Amino acid sequence: MAWRVAQDLRDGMVVNLGIGLPTVVADHLPPGREILLHSENGVLGMGPKPAPGQEDHDLINAGKQPVTLKTGGCFFHHADSFAMMRGGHLDVCVLGAFQVAGNGDLANWHTGEPGAIPAVGGAMDLAIGARETWVMMSHCTKAGEPKIVERCSYPLTGLGCVRRIYTDLAVMALDAAGARVMAMAAGVDAGSLQARTGIPLRFD
Amino acid sequence: MIDKRVATLAEALADVRDGATVMVGGFGLAGQPMASLEALLDQGARELTIVCNNAGNGEDGLAALIAAGRVRKIVCSFPRQADSWHFDREYRAGRIALELVPQGNLAERIRAAGAGIGGFFTPTGYGTALAEGKETRFLDGRWQVFETPLHADLALILAERGDRWGNLTYRMTARNFGPIMAAAARCTVAAVHEIVELGGLDPEAVVTPGLFVQRVVQVPRRTT
Repeated sequence: MAWRVAQDLRDGMVVNLGIGLPTVVADHLPPGREILLHSENGVLGMGPKPAPGQEDHDLINAGKQPVTLKTGGCFFHHADSFAMMRGGHLDVCVLGAFQVAGNGDLANWHTGEPGAIPAVGGAMDLAIGARETWVMMSHCTKAGEPKIVERCSYPLTGLGCVRRIYTDLAVMALDAAGARVMAMAAGVDAGSLQARTGIPLRFD
Repeated sequence: MIDKRVATLAEALADVRDGATVMVGGFGLAGQPMASLEALLDQGARELTIVCNNAGNGEDGLAALIAAGRVRKIVCSFPRQADSWHFDREYRAGRIALELVPQGNLAERIRAAGAGIGGFFTPTGYGTALAEGKETRFLDGRWQVFETPLHADLALILAERGDRWGNLTYRMTARNFGPIMAAAARCTVAAVHEIVELGGLDPEAVVTPGLFVQRVVQVPRRTT
């Protein structure tokens, strides 16, 4: 999944990778492309994780893991960092999700269950600010329920923001006409994919 | 003569009152002013409102202040973490209030306070539970939510170098909320790893101009 997302990032793009699954995309960036990774805690030009023993606790990513800085990279404070996000200066953000709706609504910050502690971080800012929001998630829940749904039942992060969905089964584009399948994983066919998806899919 | 250097954190925090709103710099542990938080714990102020991106990690710093029952409310974007057990327990027991704020709104509300802005409209959070009850307007082709500035009595920040005028530089991602919190608080106490002579900081590289800082205290560098 991470490999596939990485192949779709073009030379020169400025990209924010959300915490969790999307962070892995950084390990699969195609060589020969200059892709600038932005991290909400104040880095542009983030590099891969450091060699063991080279970690610096002042140089971390949004998931608070040690990272490196590429030559040409720079640091800035939080208001500047979120100006980059909210001001429309990022090409793509890749976020994890609990659910995505056919109209592009995203839910990824709160299960809404009693006793659950919500944590939103920068997800709402990325959802409205990045030029495109891509979601990376398992196609279904552990119980086998579709995560791509007609309407999100979890609390929303952003309205109509998701443009692409990458799952373990397929890559889908969302537009005004609904969801179009761009690619399917080996061994997946249209019928089985549709059966695991809560909205109608186009295979044109 | 302007000299903002204070010998100890205990002295720098002696006047913190019960009920104070305290901004705490740091994103995770990077830039978290651990020594200042320990001094605030020793100082004894209670019923604090804390403005910080996270709600404490492990046992030290902000987590220790929460564990000691000294925090009444926390304004933050990302409280839930693998090691936020003190906050988790206090929150579930109803002993600490949480104002959850999208991180960009947190940063911009702090920036607005420091810049004398009375509020702003932003698309962030529109249509979500975090914007419920807030004023909205259709501006620039999209729905936006009105957000208000976040002021504080005190900001505790960690910087790399400082001088006696309060000019500061930072180290890598430890910069995070430091510069905007310094501007937003009535009193900013900067813990720094090194105090240099006036002129010892490249004027082109000063990140926080000294007028935003009231007290500068040198603290040892921590290795973790």
